[in-house]
Amino acid sequence: MEHELANHGAEATSAIVQAAEVSWLWLIPFFPLVGAAINAFLGLRIQRRFGKRAVHAIAVGAMLLSCLVTELVFWTQLWNRPPEQRFVENHLWTMFHSGALKVDLSFGIDPLGMMMTFIVTHVATLIHIYSTGYMADEPAYWRFFMWLNLFVFSMLLLVMGSNFVVMFFGWEGVGLCSYGLIGFWYADLDKAKAAMKAFVVNRFGDFGFIIGLFILFWSLSGVWNQDNYVPERGLSSNIKGVAAEQQRISPAGVPLGPTMEFRELRNQVSDESSGMAERLKGLTLWGFPVIALICIFMFVGAAGKSAQIPLYVWLPDAMAGPTPVSALIHAATMVTAGVYLVARLNFLYALSPAAMTVVACTGAATALFAASIGFFQYDIKKVLAYSTVSQLGFMFIGVGVGAYWAGVFHLMTHAFFKACLFLGSGSVIMACHHEQDMRKMGGLSKYTPRTRWTYLAACWAIAGFPIASGFYSKDEILWKAWTAGSLSAPWIGHVIYIVGAIAALGTSFYMFRSYYMTFTGDYRGGAGHAEKETLQDPHGAASHAAAAQAPHTDHTPAAAAMLADTVKHADAASAHDASLAAAIAADVDHGHGAALVAHGSDAGHAAHGSDAGHAAHGSDAGHAAHGSDAGHAAHGDDHGHGGLPHESPASMTVVLVILAGAAVLAGFIFGLPSLWTGHEPMLEKWLGPSLPAAESIKWVAASHGEELFFQFLGLAIATGGWFAAKVLYDGNRSLVPARLKERFAGIWSIVFNKYYVDEFYDATLLRAVRVLREVLYWIDQNLIDGLVNLMGFIGRSVAYVDSAIDTYLVDGAVNGVAAMTMSGGRAFRKLQTGHIQVYLFGALGGGILLVIIQYVIR
Amino acid sequence: MNQTTSTLLTWITFAPMGGAALVMVAVGLHAAGVISKEQRDQASRLIALAASGLCLALGFVLWRAFDPANPNVQFVHHFSWIPAYNIEYFLGIDGLSITLVMLSVLISFIATIASMPWWPGNAHLDEHHFTQRAVPGYMCMLLILQTGMTGVFCALDLFMFYVFWELMLLPMYFLIGIWGGARKEYAAIKFFLYTLAGSVLMLLAIIGLYYNGPQEVVDGRLAHTFNILKMAQWGRAGGYLAAPLVMGFSFVRIAWVALFIGFAIKIPMFPFHTWLPDAHVEAPTPISVILAGVLLKMGIYGILRVNFSVLPQATKWAGLAMAVFGTINIVYAAFVCLAQKDLKRMIAYSSVSHMGFCLLGMSAFTQQGIDGAVLNMWTHGLISPMLFLIVGVIYDRAHHRNIEGFGGLAARVPEYTGLLGLAFFASLGLPGLCGFISEFTVFLGALPTHQTLTIISATSVIITAAYYLWAIQRMMLGKLNEKYADLPDVNWRERLTLYPLAALIIVFGFYPQAIIGLIENSLRNLILPLQ
Repeated sequence: MEHELANHGAEATSAIVQAAEVSWLWLIPFFPLVGAAINAFLGLRIQRRFGKRAVHAIAVGAMLLSCLVTELVFWTQLWNRPPEQRFVENHLWTMFHSGALKVDLSFGIDPLGMMMTFIVTHVATLIHIYSTGYMADEPAYWRFFMWLNLFVFSMLLLVMGSNFVVMFFGWEGVGLCSYGLIGFWYADLDKAKAAMKAFVVNRFGDFGFIIGLFILFWSLSGVWNQDNYVPERGLSSNIKGVAAEQQRISPAGVPLGPTMEFRELRNQVSDESSGMAERLKGLTLWGFPVIALICIFMFVGAAGKSAQIPLYVWLPDAMAGPTPVSALIHAATMVTAGVYLVARLNFLYALSPAAMTVVACTGAATALFAASIGFFQYDIKKVLAYSTVSQLGFMFIGVGVGAYWAGVFHLMTHAFFKACLFLGSGSVIMACHHEQDMRKMGGLSKYTPRTRWTYLAACWAIAGFPIASGFYSKDEILWKAWTAGSLSAPWIGHVIYIVGAIAALGTSFYMFRSYYMTFTGDYRGGAGHAEKETLQDPHGAASHAAAAQAPHTDHTPAAAAMLADTVKHADAASAHDASLAAAIAADVDHGHGAALVAHGSDAGHAAHGSDAGHAAHGSDAGHAAHGSDAGHAAHGDDHGHGGLPHESPASMTVVLVILAGAAVLAGFIFGLPSLWTGHEPMLEKWLGPSLPAAESIKWVAASHGEELFFQFLGLAIATGGWFAAKVLYDGNRSLVPARLKERFAGIWSIVFNKYYVDEFYDATLLRAVRVLREVLYWIDQNLIDGLVNLMGFIGRSVAYVDSAIDTYLVDGAVNGVAAMTMSGGRAFRKLQTGHIQVYLFGALGGGILLVIIQYVIR
Repeated sequence: MNQTTSTLLTWITFAPMGGAALVMVAVGLHAAGVISKEQRDQASRLIALAASGLCLALGFVLWRAFDPANPNVQFVHHFSWIPAYNIEYFLGIDGLSITLVMLSVLISFIATIASMPWWPGNAHLDEHHFTQRAVPGYMCMLLILQTGMTGVFCALDLFMFYVFWELMLLPMYFLIGIWGGARKEYAAIKFFLYTLAGSVLMLLAIIGLYYNGPQEVVDGRLAHTFNILKMAQWGRAGGYLAAPLVMGFSFVRIAWVALFIGFAIKIPMFPFHTWLPDAHVEAPTPISVILAGVLLKMGIYGILRVNFSVLPQATKWAGLAMAVFGTINIVYAAFVCLAQKDLKRMIAYSSVSHMGFCLLGMSAFTQQGIDGAVLNMWTHGLISPMLFLIVGVIYDRAHHRNIEGFGGLAARVPEYTGLLGLAFFASLGLPGLCGFISEFTVFLGALPTHQTLTIISATSVIITAAYYLWAIQRMMLGKLNEKYADLPDVNWRERLTLYPLAALIIVFGFYPQAIIGLIENSLRNLILPLQ
């Protein structure tokens, strides 16, 4: 659309940015789409014929090409232009055009979009590479990479779409891929359920998104007059929804009216001569300011995608997906879409202090709430999940208070350090043979040094120690919250700061807690030595998620018997599983299924050993366990169950190192505070053209000393959290956490159970839906259809009565006549005797009768 | 721009009838002992395929030759039929009807393919399957049905419209009643009587419109007319407002309501919808395909063609009521879907829900609303046949449709799972698939006129996602149900029916302009008097 502006020619001023058409932008999302299509239709065949290498060659190759094009766009199209002209567009075709609604399939890249595209393509490429190591044993390898590529395609539509509809294509597309990847190991019904939950909760958000969008669309061309929409002359025509014949143009040359294009919307709203911003501020609907309604409805969409209160519940469950998925989708890219949306629409949010306040307060509340849940989780991925929710809260504080660039900056640094943390946790989980419970880890720094150092670096970043990136972004956000001047009330900013600071303290604490629990002390996991392995493995198999650690079993006959029992049980279960695995072939849940198969071989040997009488010796299950090595060999699983933790393959650690490097350095490079350098941070400058509203946001004036003080405060907070975690969890020796847990059992269990929010939703909303559907179906079957059947019944009853009348009355009369004739005939028959004299008597009698009658009548 | 004349529509409409006649010839040859029973059955199958294939090809020609810029009727075939009552043979299409003619030829062809027996050598080939029983009769009925459907969309004479409307009723009755499932008689009679009850109201209204309508000089005498275009002109000018009161009510409103109920039964609109689940559950797969794909659209088409164009004043009066019923359809049926255990029943109710979008969209009298409503007919016409075909695949194999009775099938039948996923996601309105565009356009168009109702209706996006995903979860995910450890995946006949629909669903998901471009001009004229 932008290029059409050129037709308006001369009056165009600097308010309108000319878009340069770059006809090959579509290649960026195209390559992942092709990769996904190839793997979708041919993946299984390729994998069987050419091996997994071919599958990931396609997927990774597609990503590399996509990265290459992204780089080309940046270096050849954006970098060399003056800042206000950094906007390139690629219009493919008009998807549909209905009245004033014109929807193009077109891509646009401006500085904000460029940054997002960079993050998406590059981080995704790294995670693709990591996945080749992490998913190496996955039978449905092709399906994984198909979804992963499709996800990148959708995510690129989301960040590159030049209008709401293309963005929404991506918005729901990433939801679909998230569904497919959370439920990747769908043979486990719990994971399938987590996938469904994610999609349905996100649909709540999508509902808000489209309603907000529709209100916005119509508000651009008319007014809401007492709940009745009245088109405004000049902005729309006589028929509602049809564009005006003569489009209204603002004095600065900006065409006004309903649009789906971000750029046109932005030009209308931020062009002061158009009066559109004032116009929107003045509108009301149902007594509420329209602009606040639009922004809040859209924020519902953002809260769904970015897991904010009250829609965050899907994200922790989403950890059911493979760990690279958690890193890519549920940390680095998809979940930040909501933040991106608010940043993209900064010029709308800036018009409504109420909406800004809602966004910032929701962000602050979520940051603290999720951080507190993160305190006591034992599942390493759950800790990271709640941490993600919490960090997203920080980003919303940023974009909510008007520090758009700071929110986006945190989005970027978070993409690096959280991806690094998730991938590190994946490496840890693999090292511990698919164990996610941190209580069964410990001491891993010895076995997995590279993972340890990268994880530590990322912890530094997220906790907010200087030099590492989190410090710059988080500190900037909190500082801006403190000085916020565009919220509904001046004190709100201070409250948000305090809440955010507590959340930051929590962040530092739970992150280092996870670090110390995982990497320091002694290894408490399944396989210190052979004996331990036999003792604990069946337990692990029987109750993978059991919270309690397996007790050190004494080598008594009783224990051995019990063990043998468990082993047999496990054996039966695995035999069952093995046959199933053979049947399902392609898609057994790796984490559990493969482990169970491995157990099968272990357990088989152990049981065999017991039968042979070794069990009588009590302790010799250990001997039997030696046989289990054969099982491993048979399985050919180089990181199979049992054995010491081990470092992950290079494909994974290299990625970790790169991400850790980015996590540490990104802040330093892109966001060095102006307080230190005297000029605005590089990223703020870069994003400037995309965030026109940043200039209109008011800040409370503050001295440099004050700002410096807050930076020290930030450092103190990070240190405080780290110190607490070190005291309580370093080496996992301290008994204080256990004692505290006993002391405050009630609070602990409330927090540990995530404040029972899921249970609350289940008891209220879901219950209502369940009741409603039964009630409505009952009404449908018994009242409405009952009425229909009643009509049918009445019809048949009438017919029955009718037919009774017919049979007995009407037909009765007819039959009566017939019967009379019959009986009459019978009677008359007697007259017919065949004797001629009787007939003559009859004739004579008749003649006499006639004579008499004639005589009488006359 | 002027009307263009052509006999193409007559060919499209009556070619299937010709096919039916040929089938009768085959029956005769068999009776005469010239061909065997197998030959007779194969011949009737081939004839049906050829006839509906020919219609599809002609439909394609029609689409290529159609001029979307011309809002008037095109391809007119017009002559006097019953001069005594000034009844005309009048076929013609505008932007509204061409999409539906295209849809009916496409869906009929796909339904005909789906009526072919399984590929030779398949163990499921048994004589109780609907593809094996009384084949010539089935094919005849299918072909006559196709003529009826196409005729309804092409007829521009109200009398003819009514004749086609009734013509399509009878074969449907037999197709459900003879080739259907366990409760086929109940379902068939319910369908027939329900629709007939609506038709009676419609007939009365049509007669009323006839006698209160415009008059013209024919053969030197003044006569009323059934010509819809003339009636619309008359109605737009307010001619029907002058008609005498009926039982104290204004004629236009009575006529509008009578017509509307007749059409609403077909949509089906709450509370007249309960025939649909029964008819769908009992009907054989191809008949469900036609029922959901085309027959349901006749209700909406009728409202737009007759109520909207002939009685605009009453339409405006009833706008809010239509929106309310549309909302009830959408939300209520979505909740009912959530309670279903029979897969086909669930999909039948989802059709009720999705047809509510049409009602809501067109009741708003905005360009987007009405465009969305008509687009929704097209998209639902692609998606719901695919859904019913999907159900047919699993029913032919498992011999039941109980959602809870499956489990973990994804591991066993990946291709089927992919297709099912595509159809389900299309129906729940995933962007990139065509269902989304029509939903989006309907909601967008309905918002300025009915704010609250639109927002209530839009909650259905959540419920719809819930029931579809829940069905996927129960059928496809989790541990494989051992009973289906060797379930075969889709075969070639099923691929031939499913893949074209899947491809179209994706194409129109990214390029709905192909449809909107056809309908937009005609629909703008339709809502112009309603502003």
